[in-house]
Amino acid sequence: MEGQSVEELLAKAEQDEAEKLHRITVLKELELEFDLGNLLASDRNPPTGLRCAGPTPEAELRALARDNTQLLINQLWQLPTERVEEAIVARLPEPTTRLPREKPLPRPRPLTRWQQFARLKGIRSKKKTNLVWDEVSGQWRRRWGYQRARDDTKEWLIEVPGNADPLEDQFAKRIQAKKERVAKNELNRLRNLARAHKMQLPSAAGLHPTGHQSKEELGRAMQVAKVSTASVGRFQERLPKEKAPRGSGKKRKFQSLFGDFAAEKKNQLELLRIMNSKKPQLDVTRATNKQMREEDQEEAAKRRKQGPGGKRKGGPPSQGGKRKGGLGGKMNTRPPGFGGKRKGGQRPGGKRRK
Amino acid sequence: MRPLTEEETRVMFEKIAKYIGENLQLLVDRPDGTYCFRLHNDRVYYVSEKIMKLAANISGDKLVSLGTCFGKFTKTHKFRLHVTALDYLAPYAKVCGVVSSATGDEIKNE
Repeated sequence: MEGQSVEELLAKAEQDEAEKLHRITVLKELELEFDLGNLLASDRNPPTGLRCAGPTPEAELRALARDNTQLLINQLWQLPTERVEEAIVARLPEPTTRLPREKPLPRPRPLTRWQQFARLKGIRSKKKTNLVWDEVSGQWRRRWGYQRARDDTKEWLIEVPGNADPLEDQFAKRIQAKKERVAKNELNRLRNLARAHKMQLPSAAGLHPTGHQSKEELGRAMQVAKVSTASVGRFQERLPKEKAPRGSGKKRKFQSLFGDFAAEKKNQLELLRIMNSKKPQLDVTRATNKQMREEDQEEAAKRRKQGPGGKRKGGPPSQGGKRKGGLGGKMNTRPPGFGGKRKGGQRPGGKRRK
Repeated sequence: MRPLTEEETRVMFEKIAKYIGENLQLLVDRPDGTYCFRLHNDRVYYVSEKIMKLAANISGDKLVSLGTCFGKFTKTHKFRLHVTALDYLAPYAKVCGVVSSATGDEIKNE
């Protein structure tokens, strides 16, 4: 009896092993082509099994998919592995298939004002060295940027020129001139950007002090100046006896007095019909607001649950790559107001909180 | 003087409908002439189109009244119906006499 059961057990064990091997090993006429970087396996075998399957090839398809996936996984197990925070991870090789472009080709940008001028005059830029020998400090310094070679704001001794006011602060004058140059450069950069994206810059056309401006113009300039702060004028103090500006909100628009009488009548009848229909009308605004509030609450609850666990993993990944110089280091080519143009109505139907 | 906005029309119609119900559309859409509601100094006037065109020639601060005053909008934008509207509401009234909305509902449901 025991002998039989032992034999049975052994036989069963052998059967299990064979089955496992059978599951893992897959026979194919042609070897599959693997691109493990993209987790891709291409099967070039002719699909004879599928063709004679009939109208519903689901079972055959599933078997084929299982076989091919098994082969792919077998390949993955052969890759070099490493350990990352209590998990064994395989290091994938570089992908070999070239994927098509995700985004369309970039449009050629219009030339900046300087580029147009240079093209007209035939000016070509000379190749300049990055580092210049600075006598004063006795070392090689950058041509421009942080700790540049000849920075006139950093001089410790400035001679007062003959025709200048002796009480003028020459150091402050140089710093002021630099600030003006930086501001002018920034303005030109934004103008070039606006020209590239065909957008309008907010202009300060009538707001510069001329000495003969009317009371209204001065008032307008003062209002614009008040709103031109980082908090859009919210924390600006008023002078002791200054009154709040009247009518600075949006002006309400009403229908014209003699508008289309027929249209007016139609609107009113429509309103009456809705009122009399005795069915509760779906208020789209309220419905969407409610939906959005529910979604926000769900997200907040989820974040709160993940919050104490996620904070242990560490801060955001550090920024890689070099940063060259301080000026002009901004990499994005879109003007700051561009993102705001997308209206908040990305959800279908209804406006967000009136 | 200006026409009513959507909100104001809705509030006003809801009030008037409590007295005359569906007959309100007979006030809006009359066979014998185009009548319209106009707002002037928070008061709603029911006036024929002819007279309104004449009244438009009077400046706003000098204009006292035009057509029939149906009621006024209070400071908190509620509509209060005036007795001067009775002449227009009486022929379409659902019940004889003018009662408050609560009593009117009671009577209707009886």
